[in-house]
Parts: sequence; C-alpha cells; structure tokens
Amino acid sequence: MADPLVGYRQNTAAGEGTRTEERVDLSGQRRRHILDLDDFSRDEIVRVLDTADIMKEILQRPIKKVPTLRGKTVVNLFYEASTRTRVSFEMAAKNLGADAVSMTASGSSVTKGESLVDTLCTLQALGADAVVIRHAYSGAPYLATRYVKGSVINAGDGWHAHPTQGLLDAYTVRSKVGEVSGSRVVILGDILHSRVARSNIWALTKLGAEVTLCGPATLMPSWFVERAARNDGEVMPGLRLSFDLDRSIDGADVVMALRLQLERMQAGLLPSMREYIRLYQLNSARLARARPGALVMHPGPMNEGLEIAPDVAHGAQSVIEEQVANGVAIRMALLYLLIGPNVSLPVEEERR
Amino acid sequence: MSEMWIVNGRVIDPSQGIDEQSNVRVSGGQIADLGRFDPPEDTPPEQVIDARGQIVCPGFVDLHAHLREPGFEQKETIATGTMAAAAGGFSTVCAMPNTNPVIDNRSQIEFVLDKGRREGVVRVLTTGSVSKGQKSEELAELGEMADAGAVAFTDDGHVVSNAKLMRYALEYARMLDKPVAEHCEDPVLAAGGLMNEGRISALLGLRGIPAAAEDSIVARDVSLARLTGAHVHFQHVSTAGSVELIRAAKREGLRITAEVTPHHLTLTDDWVAGGKWASPTVLEWWGRIPTSPYDTSTKVAPPLRTEDDVLACLDGLRGGVFDAIATDHAPHTTVDKECEYAIAANGISGFETALGALMSLVHSGKLDLATIIKYLTVEPSRAFALPYGTLRRGAPADVTIFDPDLEWVVNPAEFRSMGKNTPLAGIALRGRVSVTIVGGKVVFTA
Repeated sequence: MADPLVGYRQNTAAGEGTRTEERVDLSGQRRRHILDLDDFSRDEIVRVLDTADIMKEILQRPIKKVPTLRGKTVVNLFYEASTRTRVSFEMAAKNLGADAVSMTASGSSVTKGESLVDTLCTLQALGADAVVIRHAYSGAPYLATRYVKGSVINAGDGWHAHPTQGLLDAYTVRSKVGEVSGSRVVILGDILHSRVARSNIWALTKLGAEVTLCGPATLMPSWFVERAARNDGEVMPGLRLSFDLDRSIDGADVVMALRLQLERMQAGLLPSMREYIRLYQLNSARLARARPGALVMHPGPMNEGLEIAPDVAHGAQSVIEEQVANGVAIRMALLYLLIGPNVSLPVEEERR
Repeated sequence: MSEMWIVNGRVIDPSQGIDEQSNVRVSGGQIADLGRFDPPEDTPPEQVIDARGQIVCPGFVDLHAHLREPGFEQKETIATGTMAAAAGGFSTVCAMPNTNPVIDNRSQIEFVLDKGRREGVVRVLTTGSVSKGQKSEELAELGEMADAGAVAFTDDGHVVSNAKLMRYALEYARMLDKPVAEHCEDPVLAAGGLMNEGRISALLGLRGIPAAAEDSIVARDVSLARLTGAHVHFQHVSTAGSVELIRAAKREGLRITAEVTPHHLTLTDDWVAGGKWASPTVLEWWGRIPTSPYDTSTKVAPPLRTEDDVLACLDGLRGGVFDAIATDHAPHTTVDKECEYAIAANGISGFETALGALMSLVHSGKLDLATIIKYLTVEPSRAFALPYGTLRRGAPADVTIFDPDLEWVVNPAEFRSMGKNTPLAGIALRGRVSVTIVGGKVVFTA
C-alpha cells in the first residue's frame, strides 16, 4: 500500500514538533486546529481516512504503541460527561507515545466558577501541545484557539460539531461499504440538536454520499425544512430531508440513528415517546426495507427501545462497536497529523 | 465662547431643505444665521472653524443609548458614554432606563439628568421605565417621571410582556403626551435564542431567535396603538416583517414611530459565522468580513438578521417607515464578552462607528447623504418632540462637522467609550466626525 504520508516534509529534528503554521500538511493545506468539517476538502478527509488505515494496522499489533508523539502532551478538557470520546482520545494519545491528561469539569476549579478562558490560560501555561475540548456551548473550541498556542481539537461543542465522530463514521462506512461516494445514508432522529448529524452531513456529502435527514419537523433546523419544502426535498446538493422514515429507508445503504433526549418531550417538541417510537424508531421491520446488509450505526450512548430497537442495536447489521474502535484510529490519525513530527510512521517491515 | 463662525463647509440641514455651500454663525449658544456672509476681519481666529471639504449639519440626536449609570459603571459612565457620543457627532443622547436601580421614579430621572448636566459632555436626556423595576407587573410613576423630564417610557432590554399592562401604559402615557417605546421580542419565542434563526444558526448549531419573535410583538403593539390612540415607538427594528407592519400602520394613520440601528442596516447574521457562508452580495458590501466564527462582538439584541431583512430595513428607511437611526449604544466589559457565545452579553458599542458605518451606505449608493442626516437629526427630534436636530435661527447651536471621505480603521482601543465591543474592529471606514458642538461649545475635535 502506498504510504499516504509520502510528500510530507521530512523534518530533520525528529520529535521536535513543528511549532510553526506549517503544522499539518493535510493535502497541502495548512491546518492547526480541527474545529469543524465544513471547511475540509474531500482530499483532506480522504487523507485522514487513509492515515487512519495505518493507525488501525498499528492497533492490531501486539504492542499497540509507537513513539511518534513522545514528549508531546495532549490535554483532554471535557466540560460534558463522556465515556467513549474521552477514553478514545486518551488511548489515541497514549498509543502514539504522547502523555495524556484528562480534565473534567466536575473535578476542577470550574466548580469554583473558573471561566473557560481562565482554564485555557492555565492549560496554556502548563504547556499543552494539543487541547481536546468538549463543551456544552457551540463555538467554545473557537474561543479556545485564541488562548491555546498548540492545537485545538473539537471533541464536541453544543449542537454544532463533532468532527472526529463525523470522520470515524465516514471511515466506518468506507471500510464496510467500500466506497462512500454514491452511498445512500439516512440520518435519523433529532437533527436540530445534533452535532453528530452536522458533522456527518459535511463528511458524507463531501465524500459524495447521498444523505437523507429523517425525523419529526420540530427536531429539524427550520431553515433545512424551509429549503426542502421549496426545493422538492433537497436542502443542499447531496442532502435531502424527509419526515417519512418508511419512505426514506427504502434501499438505504446505511442507517444512522441518533440519540433522542428524554427532555425533548418536556420542552414541548414532541407529544410522547410512544408516538416517536411509532413514527421513527429504527426497528427490524423498517430495517428490512433497507438494502440487504445495510449498516446500522449509532454514535452512542443509545436509548435502546427508544430511537433504536435492542435487536437492531445488537443485530448482525450493527457496526456500532466498530465505530468505537475506529474512533481510536481516527483520533490517532488526527493527533499524528496535527502535532506529529512530520516523519513517516514506523512501519512493521522496518522494525524487524 | 459666545461667538463662533463655521465657514467654507457644505451645510446640509434637512429640517430646512438646505444643502449648499454656506457659513454658519453661532451666538450665545444659538444658531444666529446661515448664509454666505464672511466673519468680520477682526474676528479672533479661535472663533472661526474652517469646514472646507466637510459637511456641516445639525448635531445628531440619538433616541436610544445605554449610558449604564447608575449601577453598571464598569461598562460605561455618563461621562465616558457622552465623550464617545461626542466623538460620534451626537449632541443629544436619550439614555435607557435598564440601569441598576432601574430608572422608574422621579429621583432616578433627576439623578441621570443632574449627572448628565454635571458630567455629560453632550446633552443627556433620559427615558423612564414603563413598569416598576421593569418587571412588567405594575406601572411605574409615569406622571412623576414625565414631570421630572423623561422624554419617553420604555422597558428596553426586554418587552412589556404583559399585554394588559402595555395597554394601560399606552393610555396613561397618552394622557401625558409621551411615547411608549417598545423593545419587540416575545420572551417565549425568543427564549434561549442566541442569534437570528435561519441558515447560519442551523449550520452553526446555535439556538435561533425567529423573526416572528419580533413581528408578533410589533403586530400586538400596532393593535394596542389602534385601541388606545397612543404613540408607540418601535425600537431597533430588525425584520422585514416588522417593516411591513409599521408601513401599514403608518398608512392607516396610527401614531407610530420607529427607529433602526446602523448595524441592522449594514450587517447580517453571516457575520456570526465569520463570513463562512456569506453570499457574494453580502461579502461585497464590506469587502471582507473580519469576524471569526462565534465572535461575540456580533451578539446583539435584536440579532443581526438576514440579507433580505437588511434590504427591507434600507427600503423602509428610504420609504419613510422609520423616523430615526438610533445607535442602541450598548457597551460591555471584556469579561462580559470574552467568553462562550451562549453566555456573552448582548450589545454593540456603537457611538463611534455609527457615522462611518452609515457612510458606507452612502459611498456604495444605497442611501443618500441627506437621508442619513435627516434620520439622525430632524426626524428623531420630531418623533420625541424635541427642539433639536435643526440649524434654524434661534435653535440651540448643536452642530456636527464631518469629513465624508476621510478613511480610518476602526480600533476599539482608541474608543472613548469604555465599551470596546464592536464587530467592526479592523474595518476601514470612510467618513469621520471632525468637530462636535453642543449649545455653542466645542465638545469634540478629532
């Protein structure tokens, strides 16, 4: 397999890190942070996925560790509870030999009222090469870039973006279906409040998939609904919208169910869970209408029995666990591309 | 000095339909004469202002500004706010009552007016709140406040949410011959909203404030104006829907006036996304959009709206739907703004960029100079029954002299306002105030 890292500048001072704006060479574009996928080119996304292939190979070795990021510090700054993403980033950093430190809001001075800005200044003073931030407010990672001298990676901000999730989902589709371009993907559920949906929309449409958003109107961004109404169901090229799950799932290659928060009913957005289940639950009867072998995906955590039936969640077509595994590979790829020393990764042959 | 001559300038006074090369003579704090006469040869040079190449017009009258005193002196004081106003060419400023404590009684009115006289660099007028504490429960002492000098009543900062109370306020204010000014925002429809609800909010993942939150209250208050025959003044109008409702209400003959801010005439919600998804038209307005995504300097109430809304407001201004351009000058501390978008304070520090922003509309041919000046001078004065905004003989000598072509770059660090919060930081503007005169006294020189 051709090494996708060929063409990167060979930095003579290995491990020095490139503290200039020529930090990352994603298809020739300079990128210091990963905040969103909306400005990624198709080539950049492919570069990340190809790098993740290499990382996946490393994860299959008996020693899942390379010293590529030795001496680098990755700080996880998590203002929202998270299992998979936080641990995934920690493992990704450690697998590359970096030091990983995790900070959660509850165990920190945030409880004393310390502002995000002050926390970031402190982290900067402590010398983080990369800050991975998850926050309840959309846009917080952008604020972080003003205070962090290293790289900022968005691990999920409010409703806005979850770029690593979008990438790992695209990666999962590519590895199972073979080609994202032309795939028919249904993203099902609460699109309005979903950063996973937004990031998947960018990743998948840029790779040429045909994405259909499906869910109740009150859980769709109103501008999407308005656009679809005026353009025969199309929101933008490659993106459609439908309120009818049975119709949308017909012949789909991938169905991605999103978690429904129980609070949405209290907020007046939905009449009842019962009605949601009846209209929008991904169950085996509906799944049968998709293409045979269609992928069942979910970013987790799941409300089994609500947005997804338990037998579908754990059935033969479910790739939910692979998504999690792929998450580590994707995060390793991004850390490598962002703060790596711009040398080739040690491949198996060289070490023997 | 009691005598002053302003010579060689182009005098534009919409109140008298004047636009000509002319000189102005000021005497005893009043406008004494306009004409081609020259100052006598023995006039001391310090009494002569050479306005060659400049526009000479009545001092600007701002119907809506937050001077933050009492209670929020960390954001602005009457002293610093009026210094900023002077730098912006404003000779008269109407202060909003959402201070701490709220200006809801005679002694608060007297406090602001007194402080304005002692420490204000320009003329300070004040509004009083509609309800006690702005709580929308009981009427404040509107009669006492009117008697003490309040020019209008408003619960600005938020709407008078209790429609019945708004009705009573209108009936009562009508008796006092004062307008009630409304900040139109349905609190329930707008709840939790951080920016305009539309394309940008959908892509940025920010909860939106739909245009309906403003339109529905405008419609409500038009109905109440019809019911009571009282004067309703709509503050900081931002939507196409509101413009249409006000146009129809005026056509019907209801006693409605309305104001629009410079930012709602020039900026769109694209600025919240740092211009990422701006249409070519919008990008062309400014050349480039200098904000970055989630820049809190774009957070304002009502929010920056769509291109169509801005065009509707411009059309409304040309068509007489509006009576005033008002800044809604809203200074905040760095701490209040340097944080996540969701918790940042709402507001733009607008005194010192108002003219420059409005001149961009003149330079791009969207509005003409006389219109801008008209809605900064005679029309706002008429709306609030103020004796300002004119260079008629005998009027107070409030004069603004500005260079319509001078290029300058907005640098908030140089603002006289304590509030440095503006989305225009770094933008090059063409048009700047040179001299501001209030009551015959020079209060600002560039």
